[in-house]
Amino acid sequence: MILRRPVFWLILVFAALMAFIPFHANDVSMREDLILVALAVILASNLNLMIGYTGYVNFGHIVFYGLGGYVGLYLATVRNWNLVLAALAAGLVVSLFALALGMGILRLRGAYFALATIGVLLAVQSFVANFDPWGRSTGMYVDFSAYQRLGGARHALWMTYFLVIGVMALSMILSLGIKISKFGLGLFAIREDEDAAVVLGVNTTVFKAIIYSVSAFLPAVAGALMFYKNGMIDPSIAFEFMLSLEGIVMLMLGGKGTVVGAALGGGLYEKLRSYLLTSPKLSNFQLVIAGALLLLVVLFAPGGLIGWLYRLVPRARKVIE
Amino acid sequence: MSGILASMIDGLLIGSVYGLAAMGLSLIWGVMDVINLTHGSVIALGMFGMYILFAAFPVNAYFLLLPILAAGLLLGLVIYWISVHWVIGRSQLSSLLSTFAVNMMIIGIGTAIWSTSPYNVNFTLRGFTVGDYTFTGNHIAAATAAVIIALALELFLYRTRPGKAIRAVADNREAAELMGISSTMVLALAFAIGIALAASSGALVSTLFPFTILSGAGYQMKSFVVTVLAGLGKPLGALAAGVLLGLLEGAVTPFIAVSWIPLIEFGLFVVVLVAFPKGIFTRATA
Amino acid sequence: MTPLLEVSGVSKRFGGLLAVSDVSFSLGEREILGLIGPNGAGKTTLFNVVNGVYKGDKGTVKFAGEDITKCSPNQVVHLGLARTHQIVKPLQDMTVLENVTVGACFGREYLALKPARNVALEVLERVGLAKSAEMSARSLTIAGKKRLEVARALAARPKLLLLDEVLAGLNPTEITHMIGIVRDIRDGGISVFMIEHVMQAIMSLSDRIVVLSFGQKLAEGKPEEVARDPQVIEAYLGDPDIAEKLKENN
Repeated sequence: MILRRPVFWLILVFAALMAFIPFHANDVSMREDLILVALAVILASNLNLMIGYTGYVNFGHIVFYGLGGYVGLYLATVRNWNLVLAALAAGLVVSLFALALGMGILRLRGAYFALATIGVLLAVQSFVANFDPWGRSTGMYVDFSAYQRLGGARHALWMTYFLVIGVMALSMILSLGIKISKFGLGLFAIREDEDAAVVLGVNTTVFKAIIYSVSAFLPAVAGALMFYKNGMIDPSIAFEFMLSLEGIVMLMLGGKGTVVGAALGGGLYEKLRSYLLTSPKLSNFQLVIAGALLLLVVLFAPGGLIGWLYRLVPRARKVIE
Repeated sequence: MSGILASMIDGLLIGSVYGLAAMGLSLIWGVMDVINLTHGSVIALGMFGMYILFAAFPVNAYFLLLPILAAGLLLGLVIYWISVHWVIGRSQLSSLLSTFAVNMMIIGIGTAIWSTSPYNVNFTLRGFTVGDYTFTGNHIAAATAAVIIALALELFLYRTRPGKAIRAVADNREAAELMGISSTMVLALAFAIGIALAASSGALVSTLFPFTILSGAGYQMKSFVVTVLAGLGKPLGALAAGVLLGLLEGAVTPFIAVSWIPLIEFGLFVVVLVAFPKGIFTRATA
Repeated sequence: MTPLLEVSGVSKRFGGLLAVSDVSFSLGEREILGLIGPNGAGKTTLFNVVNGVYKGDKGTVKFAGEDITKCSPNQVVHLGLARTHQIVKPLQDMTVLENVTVGACFGREYLALKPARNVALEVLERVGLAKSAEMSARSLTIAGKKRLEVARALAARPKLLLLDEVLAGLNPTEITHMIGIVRDIRDGGISVFMIEHVMQAIMSLSDRIVVLSFGQKLAEGKPEEVARDPQVIEAYLGDPDIAEKLKENN
């Protein structure tokens, strides 16, 4: 039972604090910082379902976030849907897209899959940049009146913040739920040895397609919320390859395959990045530092921070999942 | 009609440069089963290498390929030691991520030095005119240089001892070691050559088009397409597939808006990958 | 009575090599059928065709009355046909218990996590790995990994178990132990189809034996009949050791 897992309650407390503290202090700049942390945790956690659980590196994970943003914004502004409904619909549409796509590209193993995901990202990006209903390369804007319907800009921004925090909590709970389920066990078997998994009875084709699709859902919802909050979207910010890659760095840093590691890596990396970006000397070297971090982790600590903790305190494996 | 023909000839010439780039990727991939994700950033370094050298020595730019090849070999050894040597024998994903990390660092440093604004190498060879179309000298020279380097690699791999050692290691690393070949040396050499090829292709591209530090990414994708089309470990096959891709680009350019070309290319890449998941890639499991 | 496994006219070609050529045989309930033959005879390929890793080019495979010729390996497991690998494939970074739980979860009964764990514990006890349940599979010895293969397959609660050289690489004590496990499996009501190079073991374990050479079925019958068959002895002459052992067994 998920309710008996300490991590489950930890997630709820963490999310509640994140929602409450900036609201209580009415601190808008803290809110804007934290929403980026939440986004990082969402991206890293869902990426973890593919990389950490299933052993498939997805370089183009951000495609789900961007597409979610487009579908959500289109429904919320052009079709005047309620924001929450639009975001959920975006999640659903993008998940279905991932399912169909996954049936094709998940026939590829290992590195070949990873390469295909880069191709998918760039192909989708150039498609959207040519797609008239979504404003081609100039993108789409949220009309100011849309915020009025949510009770004014201030209210709308706080509301999207709480929603994003909710999506973050759901991302972590989803990771935990899958990790302790039979479905998760099947995924781990695929990660360890896909051929052996098939012979043990795991329907790898279906499992991989489902997890690929599931890993698309919450990032797409988050995309709809984030771009709504930002008020605009265009192909270069929606499908930013760099952000996709940073997701991988976050995950490797925290510890792939663990619920807490993905979140920890996401949070820490985002903090580090905002520090680097605001530091006048280091702002140009954000990529260099991210690259160096990734290299060090891959070469010397493939288990990331949590893996390192597990080695120090083996019993931690039972509590921190 | 002559428009298409001219565009296809252009494509053919540029395609040989794609082929050269892909040879570098294919060699490394085939010999050590490492998908080198520094490929794109090294291509970009080749472009800036040419830019710097040409600014310092304004001779015929194509002579500058020699120092760039040499520098590429050295750079290759460095990258090999930093990111690949330690993960040989670990899962393919480790080298994928470690080379990727180095890629990020190169791009980061490059952006800090050159920003992401466009540069170009101001060197023009005189071309010649047939009917109402002019073939630019640079395109012809770049294609010729690409073919010469490709043939040199082929000779090296088939006619020299180190070249044969590389092929032996690609074929069966354990057997090659039993025959007294030091696989570490060979892997490092193959990696260095692959990087030198990527850098030289970047240098050639810089004489044709303006470029930024991020330009390598596009050519990296093209190299993947070409490598997948050609199959691994066939340098001349990669050259031929590169020419094919160039021809294809040349043939469609007159008919569709330029902005659609990436979609076609990346779509093609994914489709080719998925269509030949077994035939070209996975080894038969016994 | 219909046989549990019925293979008829199966062929498998790899490029120019005909790895398995028109092989037919059947296997009854609670039977131990041995599969022997010189190296490269196509034994493992035949296993792979039977459990769906490869699709045969010709012929049919029937299991428990169902045509499984076109089934994938995971479907075959659900019907009750499990196997081990000659080259062990442990799920390295998972514990021994988790490895076996995978077998139980996705096996014939498709158990939920908790009952699967119980089955796994019970099976680990049976193969003598209970003490290593919480170790990572990576840290097992080769003998341990072979037992793990058997345990995982058993946890699927199969009707038929394909064992691919479970004795190879084991020392005499371990071999004796493994032979005990195989007997125990059969006594538990599970049929066994096994590839083995350790002649003494397979001769004493099997009810019947099929001999494969260059992809073709050379002989089939009771161990002592097969061992007397001049064709079989000739096929093994390239391997005098085994020919010698065959004679000894007479």
